[in-house]
Amino acid sequence: MNLSVAIYLAFKELWRFRGRYLLVSLVIALITLLVIFLAALGEGLANGNKEYISKLDGELLLYQEQANLSVSASQLGRSAMNDIRRLSGVADAGAIGTSSVFIDYAGAEESESVSLLGVEPGYPGEPAVERGEQMGSLRANEAIIDRNTARNTGLDVGDTLLINATQGTVDEQYPLKVVGVTDGQQYFIQPSVIIPLYTWDRVRPRPTSTVGPSELTFNIANVKLEDPAEIESVSRLLEERVSGIEAVDRVTAYEATPGYVEQASTLNTQRGFTLLIGVLVVGGFFQIQTLQKVGQVGMLKALGASNFVVGVSATIQIVTVNTLGVIIGGLSTLLLTMFLPPSIPIVFIGQEILVAVLTLLIIGPLGGMVSIRYLLRVEPLTALGLAN
Amino acid sequence: MKNVLCTNDLTKTYQLDDEIIMAVDQVSFEVNAGEFIGLVGPSGSGKTSLLAMIAGLLSPNGGKIILAGEPLSEMSESQRTKFRRQKIGFTFQTNNLVNFLNVRENVELMLRLNGKLDAEGKERAVELLDRLGLGERLHNLPSQLSGGQRQRVAIARSLIHDPELVLADEPTASLDTTLAFQVVETFSQLIHEQNRVGIMVTHDLRMCRYTDRVFQMVDGKLARIISDADEIQQLAKTDN
Repeated sequence: MNLSVAIYLAFKELWRFRGRYLLVSLVIALITLLVIFLAALGEGLANGNKEYISKLDGELLLYQEQANLSVSASQLGRSAMNDIRRLSGVADAGAIGTSSVFIDYAGAEESESVSLLGVEPGYPGEPAVERGEQMGSLRANEAIIDRNTARNTGLDVGDTLLINATQGTVDEQYPLKVVGVTDGQQYFIQPSVIIPLYTWDRVRPRPTSTVGPSELTFNIANVKLEDPAEIESVSRLLEERVSGIEAVDRVTAYEATPGYVEQASTLNTQRGFTLLIGVLVVGGFFQIQTLQKVGQVGMLKALGASNFVVGVSATIQIVTVNTLGVIIGGLSTLLLTMFLPPSIPIVFIGQEILVAVLTLLIIGPLGGMVSIRYLLRVEPLTALGLAN
Repeated sequence: MKNVLCTNDLTKTYQLDDEIIMAVDQVSFEVNAGEFIGLVGPSGSGKTSLLAMIAGLLSPNGGKIILAGEPLSEMSESQRTKFRRQKIGFTFQTNNLVNFLNVRENVELMLRLNGKLDAEGKERAVELLDRLGLGERLHNLPSQLSGGQRQRVAIARSLIHDPELVLADEPTASLDTTLAFQVVETFSQLIHEQNRVGIMVTHDLRMCRYTDRVFQMVDGKLARIISDADEIQQLAKTDN
């Protein structure tokens, strides 16, 4: 019975003073918009850095030991792959080379900047295509483009793209046929073009104009384990048996991307401050509301309303106003992103968004805690002007 | 006559720094069903403290209160809250109504708090409001009412749940004379008709003309109980 009275009082007041409460919901909506936008931006930027790495079919990434987990500084030789593949506990492994190039294509108004990823067809590192087919051989003049490249350029299976690469002092163009389109595989905040490793070595930008007689080098190796639970032991074994490498898991690998941690912490700090402002706004509003109705609450208590009724009623109001604000803010953010250019990396999935929404749902009760406590301490004697 | 309220050596003291203030000093009285009492006295005489103790809002330092046969002074806070809800009706000087509930909802609130809001209760609320001249104002919010109308809504609310005791703290303080007389007269009529006990704290002696007895408080003591009707009418003519 007490609960039904609390619900009745809470919603009656919300409805009768709906303009006032809606205003607070709109303020919370703005805070929500900012927090979710920052979370989505963080997710998008992080995704842009790590998407290809995080989706690799494998558990370990191998770097040159002295490269300090920098992909571009790491250089591994082709011969190392044989040692890696032979090791006990390794199911398979694939070499990965990375560089950044501009591509041209029919109808292009301007060149598109992409990450050019060299992989071994049929080995871990080559992403599965959504349409078209996998690449044929290590030297094929073929490419798989990711969904982002396809969206930005309009390229599709069967089209030809041109790799623009400066080799030595000469600008070269290499035509490659698109044989497949894969899902999002961004790397280094760029859409990607995945090509066979030998082709990559031939077409990538380089300081000298010709491919030398020395052994082919690439940047990192992706290792798939027979038993993923054995990651620690196989990692140690790899570092012992293959000279000059460092083995890390995928999370460590993408967290080592230059600027990744700094970027994430900057966005998290902004989000933290925004949430703090949210707590203060909600807390401030409900405290003012509480101070305005001390007399009325005293009267209600004098009439026989219990602290349960008063406390639950206030909590229901705070949660309702806050939840409404979060819903309006969430929908506004989705609406807003429909009008943002695709170059702004926003991703509305993932743990970051979930955490942001849950945190926003908590800030209401958190901010309103002081006012609820205050309400519970109002004495019924206030109704007779005797509380002091 | 059924005895509804009985106090015995009721005492309340307040500590102010090192000084102990005797707000209510060994007050004893009995009130029967159907009696309307005027509680008067100068500021600081202890009348509001006495009212608060009778209402179960304030614990006495000594003495007993028996209301409707139950020892109010010995109850815990939660017991007193429930007891107030069921057995006592209130009309206050200010903050009388819930500002987001309309007239009808304000009156029905007491039934709702007691879990007794049914079709019959709703009908009674409308009848009572009609009787108090508020039949056309059922859906108005308190902010849309005059001071007199608000007090009449409060009177309806104080009676709707059939309480044993109805308490009014300066119910006419914010009203002009004509309205004040109307409100107290209506209050008195309803108390008598429904055979309740009514206690009204007032500083306006003119309002005592509608009461059956007048309790005069001086310095925390119940200095005088006036029962004689002529004497009460004489008192009501006294210039404040």
